[in-house]
Amino acid sequence: MAYNWNWDVFLQPTATGDDTYLGWMFYGLKMTIALSLSAWVIALALGAVVGVLRTVPNKWLSGFAAAYVEVFRNIPLLVQLFLWYFVMPELLPVDWGNALKQTNPVLQQFLASMLCLALFTSARVAEQVRSGINSLPPGQKNAGLAMGFTLPQTYRFVLLPMAVRLIIPPLTSEFLNIFKNSAVCSTIGLLELAAQGRQLVDYTAQPYESFIAVTLAYLLINVVVMFGMRWVEAHVRVPGYIGGK
Amino acid sequence: MHEFDWSSIPGALPFLWDGMVISLQITVTAVLVGIVWGTLLALMRLSSIKPLSWFAAAYVNLFRAVPLVMVLLWFFLIVPSFLESLFGLPRGSDVRLASAITGFALFEAAYYSEIIRAGIQSVSKGQMAAASALGMTYGQAMRLVVLPQAFRNMVPLLLTQGIILFQDTSLVYVSALADFFGAAYKVGDRDGRLVELLLFAGAVYFVICFTASRIVRYCQNKLKVA
Repeated sequence: MAYNWNWDVFLQPTATGDDTYLGWMFYGLKMTIALSLSAWVIALALGAVVGVLRTVPNKWLSGFAAAYVEVFRNIPLLVQLFLWYFVMPELLPVDWGNALKQTNPVLQQFLASMLCLALFTSARVAEQVRSGINSLPPGQKNAGLAMGFTLPQTYRFVLLPMAVRLIIPPLTSEFLNIFKNSAVCSTIGLLELAAQGRQLVDYTAQPYESFIAVTLAYLLINVVVMFGMRWVEAHVRVPGYIGGK
Repeated sequence: MHEFDWSSIPGALPFLWDGMVISLQITVTAVLVGIVWGTLLALMRLSSIKPLSWFAAAYVNLFRAVPLVMVLLWFFLIVPSFLESLFGLPRGSDVRLASAITGFALFEAAYYSEIIRAGIQSVSKGQMAAASALGMTYGQAMRLVVLPQAFRNMVPLLLTQGIILFQDTSLVYVSALADFFGAAYKVGDRDGRLVELLLFAGAVYFVICFTASRIVRYCQNKLKVA
């Protein structure tokens, strides 16, 4: 097989002349990281709220939270992304929709991607939060209430501090997933890592180098996140539990 | 507010159905191949032959660290031309479907192998010891004693992974294959009715996946080993 390997291609100036191909890769990497981190923050906050609502003794609230989780878990991520990007601006009141369509296209793509990833992931986080709370012995909640805490106080001071520390390992895998899922956002034209990889193939005609570089970048993100989360896990471990001090 | 017009959907149903057939084809093939290859990977990983277990660990970790979109792009943009030059196929032969299915199967096998490995490890050690004591070889004990019990425990997880896989098939959009979602997008784009078609596609996926996950939950309660 005759293939001309040429790793120097990354140092060449791009066809548009304003950057090197390596610069494009870094732009994509930054976009992937910014998108994933901002979506992760929203997903954690929303997921914690929805997860708590699933466990509260109120039919309406827990029913709403259950419906939320089912909707976001049973529609493919790609379909959700297209719904946010193409459909949502049409369903808003006309003025808002038009205002949104006149903003910077990159900002539009970024906002749609961020919302989509955040809500998609929040449903998964909510399930972990719920199972964390349910894994605590029921005596904890009863003890909190018996001490005179209100229900919100029991959650705030007794249940959540324990539950959150117990669910760090499954949350790590969700955190890794959000980086991988962000590659889906290349389909609406957001120039993150996977999209830059595709663009590099088109511009340089060096498909192997481009794809190997992008794949390695994802592996790198994976390793960094894993070590980071392992550090967090070691620091918040609950003494006396499996794996605790 | 948007004026809804659903009139382009009834006429497009046969086309959408063809797309659904492709989605299901990819799902079923990838689940079957994924489970077989995943079982082999799990057995390799648990094997006492070091190179085999290293290979399986490297394979699983690699595929689990890379986004599915990237794997599909590899199998869409690079693997076909690689195979063409390797086997001297005529250029531009349409290998998109075969390529997409292969990509899915290899990718999902990594996830299946982790489920199956956990399933094998959940079978108590005494089972293996008892089988050996009865004079069975390692292979016989695995095949006749351990795996049947492991699979029974794993069925709900394997099916749930199948539902996730079905949702993920929509990503073949990147290789311009007309699966169900691709077909819906094409119709919407053609008729200028993207909003309706995307909402319709979302609703169809929701109904299918929600129903399937309810059935899995029902089976889970039925299958519980008493």
